[in-house]
Amino acid sequence: MAQHQVNYASAAGLPIALTSVDKLVNWGRSNSLWPLTYGLACCAIEMMASGASRYDFDRMGTIFRASPRQADVMILAGTLSKKHSEFARRLYDQMTEPKWVISMGSCANTGGMFNTYATVQGVDRIIPVDIYLPGCAPRPETLQYALMMLQKKIRRESANMNNNTKQNLRLV
Amino acid sequence: MRKYTPKDNVQGKSYYTDRFWVAPRVPRMEVEEDSHFAAVLKALGRKAKESYVEIGTLVVHIDAKKVLEIIGILKEKCGYTQCSEQSAVDYLAQDGEFELFYQLLNITEAKRVRVVCRIKKGEAIESITPLFKSANFAEREMFDMFGIYVNNHPFLKRILMPDDWEGHPLLKTYPLHGDEFASWYEVDKIFGKEYRDVIGPENRDPSRIDRYDTKRFSRVGYEVPFGADISEGEKENPIEYSETILVDYTKDSGKQLDERR
Repeated sequence: MAQHQVNYASAAGLPIALTSVDKLVNWGRSNSLWPLTYGLACCAIEMMASGASRYDFDRMGTIFRASPRQADVMILAGTLSKKHSEFARRLYDQMTEPKWVISMGSCANTGGMFNTYATVQGVDRIIPVDIYLPGCAPRPETLQYALMMLQKKIRRESANMNNNTKQNLRLV
Repeated sequence: MRKYTPKDNVQGKSYYTDRFWVAPRVPRMEVEEDSHFAAVLKALGRKAKESYVEIGTLVVHIDAKKVLEIIGILKEKCGYTQCSEQSAVDYLAQDGEFELFYQLLNITEAKRVRVVCRIKKGEAIESITPLFKSANFAEREMFDMFGIYVNNHPFLKRILMPDDWEGHPLLKTYPLHGDEFASWYEVDKIFGKEYRDVIGPENRDPSRIDRYDTKRFSRVGYEVPFGADISEGEKENPIEYSETILVDYTKDSGKQLDERR
């Protein structure tokens, strides 16, 4: 944010910070990313560890919410079976805009080792994904890194989500 | 259906000799006189068609129509109070039949009995839920995986696959990657059939490298801009090594030991 030298005498003694609406809104959005408490498989254990005190997601303003209506990030942590895909999509649809999706782990990215009839071969078949996080399972630090990358992505975006082209970000 | 080849120890054997290789069988022992199993067979009488002991388990082959009666005798008279597992084996290609088995456990004697029967394709089996509550889910799973109908079952419905699923996945004829219905299931259900073209078929080989994909792959020495079209071939860029970061091994830059230690 651009800090400007101001004449306090003329501004009624108040400090003034000038910024753009985009930066202000994105500052708010990126620093209070509330993910949905939604675990599918073993990656959810790492997601829980990331939220717990040792890795401590809270210090980034990331607090897991138990309702899709209060969440704005969906972390798809684990194997998505075809039977469950319908409900994952429904939860995504219930989240309010703006919303982002992290696909966590090999199974969510590509189906992983479950190259079978019953597993969705990549959650991007049903849900638009912002960040693909590799690993089996990714360590909590990796998930934190993904979340920080998502914060960076949000800060790059326009506050008006209609102006943003949906683009996927790959972590290498 | 694909031809069955024994899968154990495929690494250690030559690939082409396994057509003459016969899988080792578990030895089948006679039921000893005056043992617990002999008393069980006596209680069953002539209803047991064939019986032997495999690794301490009594295997009894029976007629599929008498399954409820025979398992009732085993439960009431022989003390087999637990049904630990019930399912089927697909022998349709070999014999045109399913083999159904019921694993029973006697806790007081620490003995197990496997009741085996065979039914043809399309035949139904009688439910044993009046005797064992645990058979409820097992029989539902058997119905789900093999399509075997169970008569007088309290709630015969798919248990693992979705209710609107087509096909029975544990049949040997079911492809591992799923049939047409399975491969489009989530797309059809969530978006509708018209979205098949938008989403495209499943990528069953995610580690495949596309030679002409410049969005995800790059060749060392042939770098091109992101997303460039290289179907006509690309220009070779000579590899330039940094003078400062990478060690130039052509120069005599290394330290030679003055004397051999």
